[in-house]
Amino acid sequence: MKRMIVCVKPVPDPKAWDRLQMDPVSKTLIREGIPSIINPLDKHAVEAALEMKDLFGAEVVLLSMAPCDAYPVLREVLAMGADRAVLLSDKAFAGSDTLATSRILAQGIRNIGEFDLIFCGNFTLDGSTAQVPSQVAEFLDIPNVMHVCDMEIPNTQSLLLTQKIEQGTVKLEAKPPLLLSFTKDANKPRYISFMEILAAEKREIQTWDNANLNIDETLIGLKGSPTQMADLLLQSKQRKGIRLTGNPEEIARQLADKIHQLGII
Amino acid sequence: MDFLLSEREELLRKSVREFAEAEIPPKIEAMEKTGEFPIELLEPMARLGITGIIAPPEYGGVGLGYLARTIALEELGRVCAAIPMAMQVHHMAIAALNDFGTDEQKQKYIPPLAKGDTMGVVAVTEPSGGSDVVGMQATAELKGDKWILNGRKCFITNSHTSDFWIVMAKTAEGAKGLSAFIVEKNHPGAKTGRVEHKIGLRGSNTGELVFDNCEIPKENILGQEGGGLAVALKTVSESGRPGMAATALGIINACLEEAAKFASERVLYGKPISSLQAISFYLADIYTELDICRLLCYRASWMKDQNMRCDNENAMAKSYTCDAAVRCARKAVEIHGSYGILQEYKVQRLLRDAVVTVPAGGTGQIGKVVLARAALAPYRKKK
Repeated sequence: MKRMIVCVKPVPDPKAWDRLQMDPVSKTLIREGIPSIINPLDKHAVEAALEMKDLFGAEVVLLSMAPCDAYPVLREVLAMGADRAVLLSDKAFAGSDTLATSRILAQGIRNIGEFDLIFCGNFTLDGSTAQVPSQVAEFLDIPNVMHVCDMEIPNTQSLLLTQKIEQGTVKLEAKPPLLLSFTKDANKPRYISFMEILAAEKREIQTWDNANLNIDETLIGLKGSPTQMADLLLQSKQRKGIRLTGNPEEIARQLADKIHQLGII
Repeated sequence: MDFLLSEREELLRKSVREFAEAEIPPKIEAMEKTGEFPIELLEPMARLGITGIIAPPEYGGVGLGYLARTIALEELGRVCAAIPMAMQVHHMAIAALNDFGTDEQKQKYIPPLAKGDTMGVVAVTEPSGGSDVVGMQATAELKGDKWILNGRKCFITNSHTSDFWIVMAKTAEGAKGLSAFIVEKNHPGAKTGRVEHKIGLRGSNTGELVFDNCEIPKENILGQEGGGLAVALKTVSESGRPGMAATALGIINACLEEAAKFASERVLYGKPISSLQAISFYLADIYTELDICRLLCYRASWMKDQNMRCDNENAMAKSYTCDAAVRCARKAVEIHGSYGILQEYKVQRLLRDAVVTVPAGGTGQIGKVVLARAALAPYRKKK
């Protein structure tokens, strides 16, 4: 095992979600002035990589596509124990949908060089599409396993994975190179120790723009994003009461019909 | 002036907050019931670096200094003040060993503290009190190659959770007759006595140490013979008071959060009670106290990190912050109305904990004696 790459993303801090606004034209989130945290599921991906590193040793590289103010968040994840970080940041990347984002991340991974495993969180807190991990794997032409809720590592040649599916779990054996994306059940991310905070200050964060990645600009950013947001509507979650009238028998009948209609029983 | 914390300090705060919020609450009920320190937290706190935060790296510590320590204790205290109470006394032992120990003593005794293998203790107070250090009763007499220690120490934090204690005793009469000793619990004649049941900070262990013709190796004197007063004063002033202040600062954080949350949720007359001026002024008071105390605490710790003299600043931070914690907790309880006195609500614990911080770690009044002396110094007539 030589290298593992973990894709991480700064997302708006849920504590500040009430201050979040959408750009009325691009229909994207306005992130300026909103504090960022590391996407919570990405911490599980980092933990999985670090557990692997603890067992077999390997370089753990963080990869993130984000604006330049992502440094503190990357520094925090570096302090979990990763070796270095690469930040992909360019105005040309702004407005990328999941396809364009995956293309950029895949190119970032190619630029980093050889790898054995790519780790991701299953989805991000802001977009919640869960589309990026498998698209990155497609671009890299490697297999991917989503919804990984447990990972056993008997040796560096193969991994025993438990994948969460709707009706239960599936046990899989998989061989590197591959991409894995993790659920919150996969592990308990380690706390950041003070020793690692100090060590992380010396770890490198490289910043690459599109001059480094050299991707055709029509394939990234808003221009390269086939997903166009048509409109956004707030979902109403208000309770609605219905007043039933009639004698008790009629009311009971109406109530039973309504329950059937709603498919409750 | 730069009032901003560094990226390192912000990350440290975040790390302790995450740890404290996840790991401490499940222990609180048992702490409140039993009055015992959750010893199982020591190992994870050591892994985080809390136990060895001020210990030099060459002795197994992190060497981050006092501002980092204050932030860490504040964050622990925000969740449960008993934990930083125990930790700050633990740090006092490390400070005493580091400031006054021989290299052999540092090599032997600091690493187990920094790594959380045991807890630290500095034992000054006796049944007759702790403020009158020179008037203590415990004695130590050199016989051959051993010190023979006799006496009793009380109100000692971590008394029963430590494998060795730093103990003050008289080797002669007067201020220059005090000496400090490192006493291991298996030294013949060393015993733990009763455990105290306090109204607050219940999860920090407090008890008695008893020395009955206790035999200590000659080399276990800490510092010079007759230099015990310096050990006690420096350790209490530069580690104990800021530690106690940071613990109380954590309580004030919690007071503000609990009071503001309750006042925003509790509806009276069709509106949250936070819209009532009487309540909002209480909140404004707590909010202001938090800032005053944080500035006092951070400044004193920053000065210590710059190797500046900071005994007055630490006395100010300790006496003001611990009193303020009581004021803020009382207001937080009042904002909660009758809910505030129910055990299910955190504010009652905050008030009990705050009250205990006042006499602990050098009483608030002794702190004020130090400050009054400083205030009057320019006007003191030369004899």
